[in-house]
Amino acid sequence: MSTTTETETRAVVRPGDRVFRGISSISAIVIVSTLAGVAIFLTAEGVPGMTASADQVKSGETFLRYVTPLVFGTLWAAVIALAIATPVSIGVALFISHVAPRRLAQPIGYVIDLLAAVPSVVYGSWGILTLSSSIQPLYVWLERNLGFLPFFAGPASATGRTILTAAVVLAIMVLPIMTAICREIFLQTPRLHEEAALALGATRWEMITMAVLPYARSGIVSAAMLALGRALGETMAVAMVLSASGVISVNLISSTNPSTIAANIALSFPEASGLDVSVLIGTGLVLFAITFAVNVAARALVARHREFSGAN
Amino acid sequence: MTMTLTPPETRERTAPSLRTRRLPKAAVGALHGLAVLLAVAWIVGPADARAGLLAVVLAGIVPLWSRIVEGRRKAKDRLVTLLVTTAFGIALIPLGSIVWTVLEKGVPVLSREFFTYSMRNVVGEGGGIHHAITGTLLITLGATVISVPIGLFTAIYVVEYGDGTRLAGALRFLVDVMTGIPSIVAGLFAYALFVVIFGDGVRMGIGGAVALSVLMVPVVVRSCEEMLKLVPTELREASYALGVPQWRTIVKVVLPTALAGIVTGVTLAIARVIGETAPLLVIAGATDSVNFNLFDGRMATLPVFTYTSIIQPGVPPEPAIARAWGAALVLLLIVMLLNLIARLVSHVFSPAGER
Repeated sequence: MSTTTETETRAVVRPGDRVFRGISSISAIVIVSTLAGVAIFLTAEGVPGMTASADQVKSGETFLRYVTPLVFGTLWAAVIALAIATPVSIGVALFISHVAPRRLAQPIGYVIDLLAAVPSVVYGSWGILTLSSSIQPLYVWLERNLGFLPFFAGPASATGRTILTAAVVLAIMVLPIMTAICREIFLQTPRLHEEAALALGATRWEMITMAVLPYARSGIVSAAMLALGRALGETMAVAMVLSASGVISVNLISSTNPSTIAANIALSFPEASGLDVSVLIGTGLVLFAITFAVNVAARALVARHREFSGAN
Repeated sequence: MTMTLTPPETRERTAPSLRTRRLPKAAVGALHGLAVLLAVAWIVGPADARAGLLAVVLAGIVPLWSRIVEGRRKAKDRLVTLLVTTAFGIALIPLGSIVWTVLEKGVPVLSREFFTYSMRNVVGEGGGIHHAITGTLLITLGATVISVPIGLFTAIYVVEYGDGTRLAGALRFLVDVMTGIPSIVAGLFAYALFVVIFGDGVRMGIGGAVALSVLMVPVVVRSCEEMLKLVPTELREASYALGVPQWRTIVKVVLPTALAGIVTGVTLAIARVIGETAPLLVIAGATDSVNFNLFDGRMATLPVFTYTSIIQPGVPPEPAIARAWGAALVLLLIVMLLNLIARLVSHVFSPAGER
């Protein structure tokens, strides 16, 4: 009798369940192994290029000397882009969450999201054929009036295809994601905190500095880091807009600009062969490592603050 | 009694001080309106930089005036409101400019020939994007066929089977990190993978599909996961109570309930990857001919076609650049259409109360 009760209470596992569970687990494993595969295959194909001596490759430089200006350019362009995008997207997010009339807030959010839907190649075409020529007079002006700063030392590029133009395009591209995250966090501010501030006689701006911003601070930081990850890896806009020459320079408006890793791969890969391909894949591995570190840091930050702030 | 007589007097004395002085609404509105008008005129074209300067001055008058009439705090509030609204205006400029440029330069190119001809043996004017449209649709279809099952089943694993286990937690984190893989790295991964199988210099449409899948899977997993989580546990328990096995519960109860959300998520994921250029440039390459075979040789796609037409326009450059704008317009229309479909699906099929 006791044996039958045992078999009855145990859950019945049907073959269908086993199969379904198996497929689900395999899919999960495929994802994990893809991520590992990205690292493994890039290493396997990239290491020959990374260890090649200077006279074996077209660039005529060792890998470290080849990749250093590219890493600098990647970080430099992304940081400038972020410096432009952060204040604007916090402003837009505040506008949507706390300033715009409530009825308009959602359509405005859609309009900003439309910016995220534009393909990067369209941004690139617009950047090279429209933006760079219309922004060029600004560079002449900057050179004439702020030329004493190393950033604007000039000579101003005649085409406007400088790293600042590329950074502006990057800033526009990361704007929607940053705005979307900031907006979500701002909207999650406890209503009672806001109303308490207003009841004490605070103006709207004082309410925002007292209730909204302290609550959202960690969220803003992680939004900026996610945007940084995106700006670091963005390829086409930079590849098309920037006229690069592989130097390390903080000059923002001249015609000699550092390239970025991603743009350099896109420009050189179609014509590369043999060890040069390995070198490019090696630089891709470096880019992967950088973005991976930034993203993990951003996600860890979000996870750490999840319990006591709305940043997730 | 004398005390009770005093209040009317005090009220009369304090009443004016309770109501602070304010700027006349009409004047503020007029100043703002004029500033916006001037700024728009400057950006769109008819006026020069002086109009922009005047707009800044006009808008700047309001906080200064408010400083004198309403005091420091109110003035600061007005200044910040002005800045925040300006930020929104600045964000609109590129969107407007991009849409306008693409429409202005792309619409004249569209013709019957543009959609039905490839670029094979075309020099100078003429030709079309038939090959690029074919390639884009095939490669995106391939990516969808690869990513949707993997993504959906992973979401099912995370929500239905592995909820709370350590693997599910790690999986969520890894999917988040995967979202941040740069698109060019995905392309290099596909290339490195295919080189191992097919040897050096490989170019294949299916490689593009694999690269796009790497970008698409995390998006599909995220959206499917959110949708599956929204399915009420009561529905599952009701099904179990009737003796239905778990896999049939998932197929017959959970998935149909979440279907609209899943379709929306997949459509948005397609919209995200269909415009990707970098990975396709690396692994799918570029060609002038129509190629229907994902497993053989180079394949043209709309983004890569746009890119190569602008970077290497040939001589004379004008026809190639015109075709690039046409291709960019077609691409933009496809992406917008997909976004619209996604919004419509989620709107039409969402439960009545949540519209």
